[in-house]
Formats: sequence, C-alpha cells, structure tokens
Amino acid sequence: MNRFSYLRASSVDEAVREAAADPTVRFIAGGTNLIDLMKYNVERPERLIDITRLPLDRIAETDGGGLRIGALVTNDAAAYDPRIKDRYPLLSSAILAGASPQLRNAATTGGNLLQRTRCYYFYDPGTPCNKREPGTGCPAITGRNRIHAILGTSEHCIATHPSDMAVALAALEAMVHVAGPDGERAIPISDFHRLPGDRPEIDTNLRHGEIITAVELPPADFSRHYTYLKLRDRLSYAFALVSVAVALRMEGDAVAEARLALGGVAHKPWRDPEAEALLHGRPATRDRFIAVADHILKDAKGHEDNAFKIDLARRAIVRALSQAAAGTPQSQTDKRIK
Amino acid sequence: MSASQSSAPLPEAMSVTLTINGETRQLDVLPWTVLLDLLRDHLGLTGTKKGCDHGQCGACTVIVDGRRINSCMAFAVMKDGARITTIEGLAQGGDLHPLQQAFIDHDAFQCGYCTPGQICSGVALIEEGRARTRDEIRELMSGNICRCGAYTNIVDAIEQVIGADGEAGR
Amino acid sequence: MQQANAYIGTPQNRVDGRAKVTGEAKYAAEFDAPDLAYGIVVSGAIAKGRIASIDPSEALAVPGVLQVFTHENRPRTAWFDHKFRDETAPPGSPFRPLYDDKVIYSGQPVALVVAESFELAAHAASLVRVAYETDAHMTDLDLRRSEAYVPPKKRSGVKAPPSPRGDAEGAFAQAPVKVHGEYRVAIEHHNPMEPHASTVVYGEDGSLTIHDKTQGAQNSQSYVSSVFGLSSGQVHVVSPFIGGAFGSGLRPQYQLFLAVMAALELKRSVRVVLTRDQMFTFGYRPLTIQTISLGANPDGTLVSIMHDAIQTTSPFEDYQEVVVNWANLLYHCDNVKLTYKLAQVDTYTPIDMRAPGAAIGVAAIETAMDELAYATGVDPIELRLRNYAEVDEADKKTFTSKELRACYQVGAERFGWAKRNPEPRSMREGRELVGWGMATGVWEAIMQKTAARAVLTRDGKLEVATATTDIGTGTYTILTQIAAETLGLPMAAVTARIGDSSLPKSPVQGGSWTAASSGSAVQKACQSVREQLFKHARQMDDSPLANASIEQVMFADGRIRLMSDPGASVTFAQAMQAGGVDRIEAEEKASPGMLTNMRYSGYSHSAIFAEVRVDEELGIIRVTRIVNAVAAGTILNPKTARSQIIGGVVFGIGMALEEESMLDHDLGRFMNHNLAEYHVPVNADIHHIEVIFVSEHEEKLNPLGIKGVGEIGVVGTAAAIGNAIFHATGKRVREYPITIDKLLG
Repeated sequence: MNRFSYLRASSVDEAVREAAADPTVRFIAGGTNLIDLMKYNVERPERLIDITRLPLDRIAETDGGGLRIGALVTNDAAAYDPRIKDRYPLLSSAILAGASPQLRNAATTGGNLLQRTRCYYFYDPGTPCNKREPGTGCPAITGRNRIHAILGTSEHCIATHPSDMAVALAALEAMVHVAGPDGERAIPISDFHRLPGDRPEIDTNLRHGEIITAVELPPADFSRHYTYLKLRDRLSYAFALVSVAVALRMEGDAVAEARLALGGVAHKPWRDPEAEALLHGRPATRDRFIAVADHILKDAKGHEDNAFKIDLARRAIVRALSQAAAGTPQSQTDKRIK
Repeated sequence: MSASQSSAPLPEAMSVTLTINGETRQLDVLPWTVLLDLLRDHLGLTGTKKGCDHGQCGACTVIVDGRRINSCMAFAVMKDGARITTIEGLAQGGDLHPLQQAFIDHDAFQCGYCTPGQICSGVALIEEGRARTRDEIRELMSGNICRCGAYTNIVDAIEQVIGADGEAGR
Repeated sequence: MQQANAYIGTPQNRVDGRAKVTGEAKYAAEFDAPDLAYGIVVSGAIAKGRIASIDPSEALAVPGVLQVFTHENRPRTAWFDHKFRDETAPPGSPFRPLYDDKVIYSGQPVALVVAESFELAAHAASLVRVAYETDAHMTDLDLRRSEAYVPPKKRSGVKAPPSPRGDAEGAFAQAPVKVHGEYRVAIEHHNPMEPHASTVVYGEDGSLTIHDKTQGAQNSQSYVSSVFGLSSGQVHVVSPFIGGAFGSGLRPQYQLFLAVMAALELKRSVRVVLTRDQMFTFGYRPLTIQTISLGANPDGTLVSIMHDAIQTTSPFEDYQEVVVNWANLLYHCDNVKLTYKLAQVDTYTPIDMRAPGAAIGVAAIETAMDELAYATGVDPIELRLRNYAEVDEADKKTFTSKELRACYQVGAERFGWAKRNPEPRSMREGRELVGWGMATGVWEAIMQKTAARAVLTRDGKLEVATATTDIGTGTYTILTQIAAETLGLPMAAVTARIGDSSLPKSPVQGGSWTAASSGSAVQKACQSVREQLFKHARQMDDSPLANASIEQVMFADGRIRLMSDPGASVTFAQAMQAGGVDRIEAEEKASPGMLTNMRYSGYSHSAIFAEVRVDEELGIIRVTRIVNAVAAGTILNPKTARSQIIGGVVFGIGMALEEESMLDHDLGRFMNHNLAEYHVPVNADIHHIEVIFVSEHEEKLNPLGIKGVGEIGVVGTAAAIGNAIFHATGKRVREYPITIDKLLG
C-alpha cells in the first residue's frame, strides 16, 4: 500500500473543494473496497478525504412520498430500517444477500455503488488488465472467466459490477444525488454505471470531485410482489454468479408494471425495458416469463468458463418472476429457493 | 505515480483517541495504519487475528461502537473517538464471557485462529438480537470462516447463549 | 474397578481452550522482540523465465527500509540443494528462495523487503521494479498427459501401487457388468486461517529463537541449521500454537528461509508473514486425472479393478501420494491393475493436504462403486458387503482390526438408509429433489518413532513433553489425558509441553499419526515414572505396599493404593520423600512394532451417508445431513475427536461442491488466489453433521489401540455427496467440485 495524506472533511463543500483541486484524491467512507484495493496496490491514491463525519447518515422521507437514503447510511442500517423493510423490501433483501454482517456494518450506500469489479485480473497487479492499466489487454477473455459478464461486454473488458444493492436500486429506479464543483445533480441509477466499451477503466458517470450525497427511492408499491434471487458458488458470503431483482405491480392475475434487473452478468445492473414491456398487462405465466428471459438474453455472449451463466440467468429470471408474481420472495436466510 | 510519491512530504502521525476494552488511550497513528495492525503490532493486542487482510474471512472481527466490523478494512485514524472491544476485553476479571465458556464447552474451535473473530462476531450477533433460529445464526455468522470446520459447534454455542438469555429475560 | 482418573476415552474440554477463547494463545506472527523488523515478500509475475533486472532503489530510498534482499545480494547459504531437503521432502531438488535469476513458477518470491514497520515494508515492496524475460511454460496437465512417467525414485513413506495380480484387462473385457470412467478432483489449496509466518528472534550471541508456523518444530530447526550452516544449538524453534495447516506446514515454507536469512544478515529480529494471496504460491493438492474400470458379475461381485492416476508435480521434485491403492484394500478382487504416474507442470511442488491421495482416490473409487451399484441394481451398502475385503490382499496381511461392517450397519440405521428408494429422482420435497448417497472412507493407521519425557515433582505436578505440535487436533488435551490417567493424577495437575524443538524427538505432525505416536511415548514415559515412584513407595519405612507388585496397585488421586485393600496407600509425596527425591524424570521412546507391521495392516474405516437437496432448475445444492460412522480404534477424547471428524466432513463438503484453484494456463498462474474467490464452506453451507464412533477393539498397533482421526473424516465425504446428487437428480458428475455449471451442463 502506498502512503497518502489524510483529511477529515467537515462539510460536503469542503470535501468537494478539496477533491476538485487534486486529481489523485479519493473519498473514503466504509473503506471496505478502497482499503482492499489499496492493499493490493490496485488503487494508489495520494490523498484520502474521510467523509464519514459528514451529515449524510440519515434516511428521510421525501416530499413525493419516497425515501432519501444518505450516502453514509450503512448497508446494515439501510437493510434493517423499518421504512425500507416495509416499503422497499426488495432493497432490504438485496443488501442482506451481499457480503457479511461485518462488511454491511461498515459499507455505506454511496460506497456500495462505487465498489469495483471482482475480476481476478483486475485485482492482481501481476497480470495485465485494461481496467487497471488501460491498454495492457484483457486476459480474462481467454483466461478464467467464471465470474465474468455475458451482457454488454466489449473486446476490452468483460468485468461485472459486484453489487447486490445496486441491482435492487436499478429495479426501483433510484436517483443518485451528487454534489460536485459545478453544484448538485441527480443521476438516474440506470445512467450511473457505464458499460466498459473502450474505456473500461471508467466505472461510472460520476465526474471528478463529485460526491454521492444520497440515493433517492421514488414512491412505489412493490412491497408485495418482489424478490431478490441470488445464485452463487456457496450459500452465503460470495458474489453473485447471477442475481435477479424483480419488482411487480399486479392487478389480479395480470402484471400491471414489471421491473427486472440482473446482477453478476454485466458491467452494470442490467435492465431491459423492452423485455419488461412483454409483461405489461399480461397474465403472469411461466411462458411469459420465459419469453422475457429469452429477450433479455438474446444478445448474451459467453466465454469458456461462464457460458453456463446464460442458461443459469434464463432459469433464474423465470424463477424470480414466479416468486415475485406469487408474492413469495426469496428468503436470504432459508436457503431453500422458493 | 512513484516520483511524486517519494518526493512528497510525508504526512505526520495524527493524534487519535480510542477507547479500547474500556481504556481510553491517546495514540499517534499514521494515516495508513490499519486498525487491525494498530491492535496487533502497535498495541500488542494479538488476540485479534489477521487471516486474509481483505475482509474475506472475519478473523479480525472486533466490535466498534457496538457493531462488529472487519478491523482489517478500517484505517485507525478514521475511528477517532470510537469504543473498541476486542477478544481481550470480553472476560470480566477472571470470568469468561458466557459465549467464551460456551465455545469451550461445545468445542467450537480447533486451531483457535478464527476463534476470537468468531466470538466477537457472536457476541455482537447476540446483541443485535436478529438471530433466533439455527438458519439465522448460520447466515449471520457466515462472515467468519473456520477452516477447521467447527461450524456446527459454533452454532450450538451461540444457540445455547441466546437460549440462556431468552430464559433470563422471561 | 472404576478408576478415579480414568480420562482416556472420555469427553474432555480442550486444555488450551481458555487460551484460545481469550486471545492469549500466541501464534507465529504474534511473538514480540526488541527492534523487531518486518519483512514483506515480493512475488513474481511470470511462470517461467528469468529476472532480467530487479531494481530495489526506490524501495531502499524510503526512510525506514533496512534492506531489499534479491537473488543479486542475498547472503551465502548452503550450496548443495540436498541441504534444503526436509524430513518430508519428496525426491528431487527442493526450491531455494532467491537462489538465482531463474523463475520456475508464478508467484515465486523474488525479493524480501525488510523495514522498521509492517506498513513501511508493505509500501516499499510495491516500489521494487522487476523485469522478466519469459520462457514458454506449461501448467495444463491435459497437455502433459502423454509425457507422464512412473516416478523413478519413491517418496519415503508412500507406498507405490502393488504389482498387478491376475489378468485385470482380460477379466474386465469378459465381465458381464462394466463401469468405466474418468474422474477428477480440482486443485485445492490448504488455506489454514493463519497465514504462514515466521518470527525470528535474534539473540545477543547470534542464536535464533524462531516462532514458525509449522507442523514440526524440529523439522524447521534442522532445515534452518542445514541451510544456513548453524549448529542445532544455535537454532531453537518454538511453535506452541498453529492456526491450522492441513499439510501446508509439513515442509518449511519460504517465509522461514527469508526471515532467517534477513535476521542473520541484519543481526536483528525479523518477522515475515505471507499474505493470503501468497498462500497460493507454494504447495497444493495436485490435480489428478483418474481412470477407473470396474468389471463385475451381475450380483455385483468384482472380477476386475483397474485404477490409473496421472498427477501433477513440479519440474524440480517428484511429489507422490497414495491414490490408487484403496479400491483393492476395501474390496476383494483377484484381478487388479493399478498405475500411478506423474506429469510435470510449471508450478510449485504439490504438498500433502488432509488425507493426501486417499481424499481424491477414494472420491473416485467410491463414485465408481456407486455407478456399479446402479449398473447391477444392488444396494450400495450390499454391494460393498458383497465385495468386503477380509484381508489386505495386496500385501497379503490380515487387518489389526476392521469394524467397517459395523460402520455400514450403524451408520445406515442412524441415517435411515432402509427407507431409501434407490430410484434416482424418486424423492422430492417441495421444489427440491432429495438424494441419499453413501461412501466408504479409509486411512492408514500409522505410528512413528517418537520420544517423550515425563517429570513428576513433589508438589504433585506432572509435566509431559515431546516436540510434536498441536495444529488444532487436540494434541495438548489427549496427551494430558493419557498422562493423567497413567499416573493417576487429575488432569489439572498435568501440563503438556509441545511445539518446541528442544523437547524429545518427534516427527512432524501429520498423517493422523500423532495421537498414536506421541500418545504412546507419553504413556511409556509416565509408566516409567510410575515404576520409579512405586519403587520409592515400597522402600518407605513400614510401607503398606512393601510386599506388593506393581500389578497389584493402582495409581489414583496422587496416591498408590493396594487394589486388595484400597485403604492401604502411599501418597506420591510420601514416596518421593522416602526416596529422597524432589522430582522423578523419565524419557522414553515409542516405536511401531516391526513384527506387527510385517504381519498386519492397520487402517481406520468409515461409512459416510449424505443427504442433499437439489434445486434442479437452478443447480443449487444443499447438504442437509451427514452421518459419518467411524471405526478408528480407541477414541481418546470423543469430544475433540468428533470435532476432527466434523472438520474433515466440512473439508469434504468443500471438495464436493466448492473448492477449486483455477489456473490461467496462458499466464501459468492461479487466479482466484483469495478467500473471496477460492470458496471454502461458510457457516451457511453446513447443516446437520452426526459422528458415530463405532466400537473397535484394537490391540496390535500400540498399547492404547489408537489409529488416529485427523484424516478419516474427509475421506469418502465428497463421493457420498456426489452419489447423493446422482440419487437426487439422475445426473452423474465425475469431476469435483460439483458446481452449478456441471449440474446444469
């Protein structure tokens, strides 16, 4: 790990001002990914701005009837918040599917969105990686790619975004509020993360010096028909091979509105509005679910180790839609899959 | 990156106040000193273990301001003002914490290296009050890897203490 | 007669339990020393080639950095590679860290940065610049298969496959029922929770006290003495607690060499701790391609067994383990042909990992036996009983004891096997398919020559000592039990001292032989103390024992009593006072019986039953129940032994479903080198595990009848789970771990 200077910011303005002036700076909050990456010498910031003392640790009602989750609210606090459990159980469930209690106690809402890929090569400075060192190549494409992407990949990078929380936020169409040198703005979650394209080193559309202040959940009623189904190589404390967040609004047996986001399969939480539209106004049947899955995965591309994820994702989508339609969300504790 | 780094003036140690196992201490720490290394190397509290140094095993679990965290994933400077409980702080006088005794009675460890983390995690789990069933204990103790495979005994030990607490509360 | 201090065979809490639950137990990286310096290893990036240049200047420029050791400036060590051989080294030329510019495997240590603090060393290590010239490497066993060879030099202690008997090929060709398949178990890394570490305390006189993570303090000591040309008196290895090892500590690992080298050169104390990633840069459980052909009659009786294995080793050593000998040991057959070959890949040499050879060999053979059960329609247990080996047919010896039949019976009853519908896919609960499978486990009962000392002092305290370690096995506790019972003292009056190279000679801890070996030695030493004590007691004035023989007395509660008249007794203190001694000391050696070994084969056995629940659509497998019935002679401490078996089963669950070190053959590098991506079981993966110790009278191997329980728990577990998955789904997967992709594929 390199050495760095440290500043404890006392206001958002100060944090933004200090960061804007220095291209080598990183904000640090929970630290569960940044310290990890610094220890591997993947991240070598020369300056850290500690934002943990900023007043961004509240969950508040919005005027429109939604919730605004401060960027520093820990994953644990968000997952067990009664308002979130009651009104956005999908988000609670997704958070509890991720990491461990210890990590959820430290990791924050903002930091969760900014965690970087778990690609083996990205993490190993002894190997080439376009995301870590642009232009060096992507050995994952021809190498070990069990945990890699099947959607939205490029010839430069097949990494995935590892967050569970972000997948639920994508389905809930959250807004990411940021403050920066040019003032405040709100970024729809779908525009927050990028696909790798030819600049895989850039994960998000956050500009330098911008800080996440909150994540806003718009008012919604997905508290009955939802699920977060996460499939992985062991039953807990592992990243997703495939995960599916589903939020449905049902009218009788028909689907009035459908949201579906995939995790573990792309460089960002994966939404496909066209596929979702196949459900709108239609009865919730298995055949419909299969059609949705096929549509989402029609351009999926597998590699040697991860080709199975296409089939797995198809099955997971169908099951998750069934769970949500039936109002029997997946438990994150009882490992039987409903 | 390296040129600017070696020429830049080195940051100085910062003064932080930590209350560790009930004792409040003023400490000078460098920004990059990780809480786990502070405990083990600087303060001689080697009961907290380093198993992976990356938040992937739970051996370094300590309780900070009432919450269990991985001490390997925290810079000490950022914890200024915090109350920290490590395995060394659980026994009161000569009396073991009930969970420590339950670990012995249920043989909930073998090599003992993950044990302090398991126990700190378990103590916090009991405080959190979210685990009642064995499934819940299993899931909420999954951040602590035991390569010796003592899991069933660990669950037995925690279940016993939760049960005893429940009895006491009635 | 009920004896007061009868501890052997009773469940006892670990005597080191309090130290472990309070954090007081000190592991290798936790010993302090004045002026301790910290070393961080720089790992190489290529699999094969040479270091074209290595530039430590930037690292050295960091204030507080003491030295950067590379092959260019390393101090002189022993010249000959045989000086680097250790007690357990396979044939070949051991790896010599920083020896020259050659790179022979990916992750090889290329530099050691030593600084005033851990943080400084870690920072400086990131500033060492290394440039390589690469050579073509090969890490893919499949592409080296055709070059496999029978190891010309046998590894000591590893039985080569016996010569063929009968006509296995002919019998297979004519067999009415045939099973033939290729089986694999992925490469695994031991990943004990404690990373390998050495703290070398530099004494004022230049002597070294070394706290090493090792399974053999004396093995580390002799390695250091040999490599650095030091007398044994100058090197003292003290390793009281070991945070797991599972075989990774059987050989001195490179952090020991590097820490000692730096301490000697800098003349100060040095600690080197490997990172978790670096735990993937030395030995591993080798990839093995196994081919099995079983020929049988329609009733399931075997007429032919052929089992061939090709296993990875490094280009510099011929690692060997017993992979193919197990089928004929378990099952009677007249036509048997077994081969075992190695193929070199550009990795480090494999190293024994919990039940080396058996864990993977039995996984394959017990999967094949399940296939035979289905091919013949014979129940899996009945099939095994029909082929039950009454004698060790390869070595033409009888077994010292073998209660495997009882294991099958007791295990099956407990598990409820009789209720099993053998039809695959016949059991279902909710969405999940339920499968029940079983397998056999076997491991050799080994004893090694070991010495121990016992010292009784007049205050009634007994100390027993031998150099062996406790890697979590419970050695401290069982030695305390044996000593306390032998001398008739409460356990609290007994201290076991181990993990110290200055103590009486002991081999490395491994192979499940420690309880039998150090336990027998401690028992013998205590018996010798007993005899001396008894002599003093008889010679006492007016001794009530004057006319008794040692067979007529019992030792209990610190007294020697006449069995015929328990009121007639002499306290230990009285006897010692009468003898005019303050302490009674004895050192004894226990050795395996040569005659016994010539006549008999000693093995522990088990029958493992597994229940799995499979979500077939999604390929998610849950192991909801395991019953493991074990026959392993005398169980010294059912509490700690049960934990050993449970731990072995958890290891087996990892092998069955999760563990796989993934090599990138283009880079020649293990890629999932961390605990997030190398999956070992977590708490949520583990449900009900029940252990039954089947009573087994053993009297030939050693006086206490100990066989050992460290390995047997893992052997057979993966196959039982694989067979249960077949029963649940009708899908036979012959490659472990059985991950989602294999179940869906």
